[in-house]
Amino acid sequence: MAEQKPKKKGLNLNRLDMPRQDPKVRITNFNEVALGYTAEMAMEEAERCLECKKPLCVDGCPAEVKIPEFIHLIKEGKFIEASLKIKETNALPAVCGRVCPQEEQCEEVCVLAKKGAPVAIGRLERFVADYEAAQGEAKKPEIAPPTGKKVAVVGSGPAGLTVAADLAVLGHKVTIFEALHKAGGVLVYGIPEFRLPKSIVQREVDYITSLGVELKTDVVVGKTFTVDDLLTEEGYDAVFLGVGAGLPWFMEIPGENLNGVYSANEFLTRSNLMKAYRFPEYDTPICVGKKVAVVGGGNVAMDAVRSALRLGAAEAHIVYRRSRAEMPARAEEIENAEEEGVIFNMLVNPIEILGDENGWVKGMKCIRMELGEPDSSGRRRPVPIEGSEFIMDVDMVIMSIGTGANPLIPSTTPDMEVNKWGYIVADPNTCKTTKKGVFAGGDIIRGAATVILAVGDGKTAAREIHNYLTTGEW
Amino acid sequence: MFEIVAKKEWHPTITEFWVKAPYVAKKHRPGQFMILRINEEGERIPLTIAESNKEEGLIRIIFQKVGKTTFHLGTLNVGDNILDVVGPLGKPTHIENRGTVVCVGGGVGIAPLFPIACGMKEAGNRLITILGARSKDLLIMEDDFKRVSDEIIITTDDGSYGRKGFVTHALEDVLKSQGDKVGEVVGIGPPIMMKFIAKVAEPFGVPLTVSLNSIMVDATGMCGACRVTVGGKTRFVCVDGPEFNGYEVDFDELMMRQSMYKKQEQEALERFKKECPQAFEGIGEVA
Ligand SMILES: Cc1cc2nc3c(=O)[nH]c(=O)nc-3n(C[C@H](O)[C@H](O)[C@H](O)COP(=O)(O)OP(=O)(O)OC[C@H]3O[C@@H](n4cnc5c(N)ncnc54)[C@H](O)[C@@H]3O)c2cc1C
Ligand code: SF4
Ligand code: FES
Repeated sequence: MAEQKPKKKGLNLNRLDMPRQDPKVRITNFNEVALGYTAEMAMEEAERCLECKKPLCVDGCPAEVKIPEFIHLIKEGKFIEASLKIKETNALPAVCGRVCPQEEQCEEVCVLAKKGAPVAIGRLERFVADYEAAQGEAKKPEIAPPTGKKVAVVGSGPAGLTVAADLAVLGHKVTIFEALHKAGGVLVYGIPEFRLPKSIVQREVDYITSLGVELKTDVVVGKTFTVDDLLTEEGYDAVFLGVGAGLPWFMEIPGENLNGVYSANEFLTRSNLMKAYRFPEYDTPICVGKKVAVVGGGNVAMDAVRSALRLGAAEAHIVYRRSRAEMPARAEEIENAEEEGVIFNMLVNPIEILGDENGWVKGMKCIRMELGEPDSSGRRRPVPIEGSEFIMDVDMVIMSIGTGANPLIPSTTPDMEVNKWGYIVADPNTCKTTKKGVFAGGDIIRGAATVILAVGDGKTAAREIHNYLTTGEW
Repeated sequence: MFEIVAKKEWHPTITEFWVKAPYVAKKHRPGQFMILRINEEGERIPLTIAESNKEEGLIRIIFQKVGKTTFHLGTLNVGDNILDVVGPLGKPTHIENRGTVVCVGGGVGIAPLFPIACGMKEAGNRLITILGARSKDLLIMEDDFKRVSDEIIITTDDGSYGRKGFVTHALEDVLKSQGDKVGEVVGIGPPIMMKFIAKVAEPFGVPLTVSLNSIMVDATGMCGACRVTVGGKTRFVCVDGPEFNGYEVDFDELMMRQSMYKKQEQEALERFKKECPQAFEGIGEVA
């Protein structure tokens, strides 16, 4: 690894900060928090990249984005070329630049990370993607002549959008079926505007339809059509299932059905997809307490707690049963939340939600935890400290403790195998399910994971579906 | 876009539409519902499907105007479009020949009861129907039910038509006189009515199915807005229901949860009254 050892001299460890909205201002609006690099800033940050011959960053990227190559193009001021370089392996750079956990992927292993200052790969990715978009309509690749094959893509999250784009370019006739009224999956119903502007997602959706992909919203596969209907009556040659992991878990503690208790999915869907933050201009209502507790430590919990603040909560808490070090959320979002005044209650677990005489939340009984032996995930398991119960003074609780697999499709597709958690069984190298002609990828095969893994599955599935359609071999 | 092809006003507060939604119509089975959203600013609301015409790709919905969305919906006319219609959702009714089945409907709960009654009749059951309304002018679908019922009892709270009293009184009489033959009771109406149906029917030991109308958002199992306690467990009405064993439902919790947005609903309605007074023509005091 000699070639990766940078010369000490000239090593620039000044990782350039990205401008952000002032915390005091931003908690009063839903506009994007991060403002992005300017061209000068991007070029300055790009200069820090050593363009390693064996770039560790690429190994750290699930989509194997050609990182040193695109950064090299930034150094030369070739921003559009840089964006297209990323798009060779990742269809959604404007999204991934914003939501990928870079500190656990490319930036974690960047050689400069050892010096505490990895190249800000995510910020650079975001910059070039936005730069390209600002230049007008995305350049369309050449589309292969029609193959006469039809593919149904179920779900329009990052996995479905990626499959659809790649297959359309290969000349297949693609139709996306989406249960909701808007395409984008978690990118539109879950992740808030202040972290991922919906116009960016819409741009990706528009691009995909411009490739000739047909988008049918308001179709729930398993109800409106079954998978078998798609393969027979509706005449599709292959089906891709990218339906996500959207079934919210609750803790199964007393008081969870009181008014004022939400799943994070419901709270975020009301706010993002239904635009309840603009009630009464938009019809969907949302309740926000004065003191809100969000239970969980992931990205979803951060999104919920920061949305609650913006919707007017005077006090917003994170309640997490492990310690700060184990929180799975992106480091940047934890930092943002802290700056915005979110109160972190670590090593605390709810045991009961208390209600008033009208059935509304009036408090949450919790117990303090300590970290014991590591569990199967390698993280130290939290154990309750006897006698440490206390009552948190809150009037709203949002449960953000994870999601599971939705049974709508498996229950109507009896010859397709699911695992013991209800996730669809698919070979991660091919995305093939146990049912001929049916592929699956994204959260529905992995359990709640990440956007970039969904994109990666989309790439794999498109390649394999193309192969299946052209050779007929399963 | 889903076109309204027929409209009927049962009462200034009760409207019926036939809507063109071929996919939904094709798959619809008794007991199922759909979600609609009127326009871009609209909320997603569930409405049970009262009938479907598979050949022409039509579904029939009947709704009571109670809040902004339903009042707004009532202003639409034949030829207008509804932006989103999704369905059919929820599990279909379990229909089998149980000998005699009693179908009990109250208010606009009568509408979702209709396909179930038809299904029960088709399966060879003897069908006794009990329909209740506050007064004669609020009663819907009597003729539809007459076509399929072997016996029909109408009740009105004020005695303006049929028997004076509640559906529960009529149900008790039916169960007393021929309870040994009744294989199942299906009850759909306001939660308070279903709660009392359960009270009346329980001593007779006859199976009771109810259909719940909880608040929903996505109606695909993704949000949990619709959760209710059934048999001590939390269930999602949109995917696990909408029908449940009537003896196991926590109706008090259901009613409490239905009131979660009372304040906002009132605010939206007041606003809409100012925006669109014509939607409230012929209606005295609302809510
Ligand atoms: C609030 C929140 C914040 C997150 N933050 C991050 C982050 O910062 N970084 C990150 O990498 N990941 C994040 N994630 C996770 C990430 O969003 C998911 O891993 C990713 O979206 C999965 O993509 P997917 O394509 O598999 O499915 P999804 O994005 O879940 O999309 C599935 C789509 O399928 C539709 N669908 C479901 N069932 C049916 C059906 N029966 N018929 C038709 N359509 C159906 C759904 O409506 C949905 O639109 C977050 C998730 C949430 C909820
Ligand atoms: S980003 Fe880091 S690891 Fe990747 S090439 Fe540049 S310096 Fe090397
Ligand atoms: S309405 Fe969202 S889960 Fe039932």
